[in-house]
Amino acid sequence: MSKLLKLSIALLLAIGNLSVQADTLSNVQAKGSLNCGVTTGLAGFSAVDKHHKWVGLDVDLCRAVAAATLGDSEKVKYIPLTAKERFIALQSGEIDVLSRVTTWTLTRDASLGLNFAGVNYYDGQGFMVKKDLGIKDASELDGATFCVNKGTTTELNLADYAQEQGFRYNTSMTDTIAQTKSNFEAGRCDALTTDQSRLYALKTTLKDPSSAIVLPNVISKEPLGPVVRQGDDKWFNVVRWTLNAMITAEELGVTSATVDKPSNNSEVNRLLGNAGTMGEYLGLDKKWSYNIIKQVGNYSESFERNIGVNTPINITRGLNALWKDGGILYSPPFR
Amino acid sequence: MFGFLNNNKTRFVLFQIIAVLIVAFVAYYAVSNLNYNIDRLGIRSGFGFLDIRAGFDIAEHLIAYTADSSNLDAFYVGLINTITVSIIGIIFASVLGIIIGIARLSSNYLVSKLAEIYVEIFRNIPILLQILFWYNLMLISLPSPRNSFEFFNVVFFNLRGVYFPKPILESGFYWVMVAFLLGVFISFFIKWFFNKKHDSTGIKQRTWDYHLLSLLGLPLGVYFIFGSPVYFDYPNLQGFNFRGGLFFSPEFLALVLALSIYTATYISEAIRAGIESVDKGQKEAALAMGLTQAQTLKFVLLPQALRVAIPPIINQYLNLTKNSSLAAAIGYADLVGVFSGTVLNQVGQAIEIILMTMAVYLTLSLLISLGLNLFNYKIRIKGLNQ
Repeated sequence: MSKLLKLSIALLLAIGNLSVQADTLSNVQAKGSLNCGVTTGLAGFSAVDKHHKWVGLDVDLCRAVAAATLGDSEKVKYIPLTAKERFIALQSGEIDVLSRVTTWTLTRDASLGLNFAGVNYYDGQGFMVKKDLGIKDASELDGATFCVNKGTTTELNLADYAQEQGFRYNTSMTDTIAQTKSNFEAGRCDALTTDQSRLYALKTTLKDPSSAIVLPNVISKEPLGPVVRQGDDKWFNVVRWTLNAMITAEELGVTSATVDKPSNNSEVNRLLGNAGTMGEYLGLDKKWSYNIIKQVGNYSESFERNIGVNTPINITRGLNALWKDGGILYSPPFR
Repeated sequence: MFGFLNNNKTRFVLFQIIAVLIVAFVAYYAVSNLNYNIDRLGIRSGFGFLDIRAGFDIAEHLIAYTADSSNLDAFYVGLINTITVSIIGIIFASVLGIIIGIARLSSNYLVSKLAEIYVEIFRNIPILLQILFWYNLMLISLPSPRNSFEFFNVVFFNLRGVYFPKPILESGFYWVMVAFLLGVFISFFIKWFFNKKHDSTGIKQRTWDYHLLSLLGLPLGVYFIFGSPVYFDYPNLQGFNFRGGLFFSPEFLALVLALSIYTATYISEAIRAGIESVDKGQKEAALAMGLTQAQTLKFVLLPQALRVAIPPIINQYLNLTKNSSLAAAIGYADLVGVFSGTVLNQVGQAIEIILMTMAVYLTLSLLISLGLNLFNYKIRIKGLNQ
């Protein structure tokens, strides 16, 4: 609450930031670091690892933006935010980009003064239940109590789903993801509902991961992506094309290991700044995307490192595979 | 030229005017700056969001509410939950505070020491930690719905909350309430009548049996004449959870428990201070004049003690109401949780929502303050300032 109040007051008295805010890129380059809004801790997306470093798919996006704009992926200041603090933090200029498993919806895009710069993970809402309940399908959940993270699209989807199915249900609302999980473990609710990726991430952190199962049902579309303030098109382009660079690099087979190898492919050369003036158009230097791929890696590297099948979270690419591999991940061309 | 500044009175007025101007300027600046920012960022503003469909459910609502209700309805649900927690918390805190306060003054060493330990422990731990402590204690120690604690097969206590049979009033119950009001009226009449008799004749008569008859006997009689117009909706286990009955969540219980226990420590200290402020000689004099212990307490000690105790107790009631906003920490659906939590996130209009929330707490505090100040005025020493 006090943080919320502080941010609201910042919005009320946002004087100093006024002129600079309009040009986030110059602002970030002037102060030499990127303020990136992340979760308060969600394994695989944004969490602190055992070396006290922020890691995750969303964190990699922050690092990529820093690499593109500042030439150094380490120049990021991570600002952990709860679901209900995130948009105000962005509106008030507390952060430059919000990379916090945030669902792209019309209301948010059109009425909050924000723009979604793309989708870095295609998700859908699902359910996790204790195995000993013997439930195999979400349609058996009539009368159940659900643990829900407050201030999310999850609450709305759950209400819609219950209405559609004619369910009666109860909820237990919590502020942080950690508390949602501990309430589920304590048995405060029968089912935990949130985006499926998050369910898998939470499941790995349960005291006994095998005691719970994620149901197959997906009840909503949850395209998650980075968000910037509306009205700063230059910065919007930088964030959007940072994400596109990572996706295109995967498509062209450029990885952090092969990025220094000379190539005959002209699109690879355009991507890496060896040909054309892509960086200039974005207001960045020639090496912007080279830095992203060298320091952070392409989308596939980031995915496999943080949430892929070889991590405890163990998510297959599915919808998040490239368009040519049966997924829907697709970047406009670097031309 | 600035000679007028040497005039004390003029200078005084001048500084006041300057202070007002500065405050007005800062307020004007903040508001216009906000408007500018909102316009520039393209954020939706105004109170139109209150009429929009809320789209989410709330577990505990004392008024009719579904996902189809408006955001304004969600606001009312939160407001009523906040008021409920505050009122119940104030009642428990007062009862507990009075007991502890009197116990601290007990001549029994063990009783007074235990009361002191209680006060020192619970007064010195931050309230937020206490709320989290009781909540997590409940989560750890309560059983699942299938293994509920049962009391006579009608009250159930488990992880999902406590379930009571819910009284459903039929139309005949209306007459029982009328009878009760009538009983109260008769009771006042009895008191007035016997007081008058006491004044004129000096005879003190036993009256409690008349009071009992009018307050309890009359409504009970009507109740049976109308064939017991109340039935109970009993909670029963269906699938995952209990259905039916009256239900309080663990979040509600933890919040009321923590707020009562914490605030009771301060109230007990106020009570103790009040009683100790009355000189020992007063009690001795009253007893020497032949008043009984009970009469001494009622006519001599309490009227003087309350006068000292009430102002700090008002403060504690205010604190309890404001502290109830910490409910958000454990997910109880109070005003902060529902309105400046969920609604804020769904519509994103922080300024309007935070302002409304602050206005509610301000109004609640002023109302409590007003009520108790009136009470304080009523029990003041009469005739001193006239």
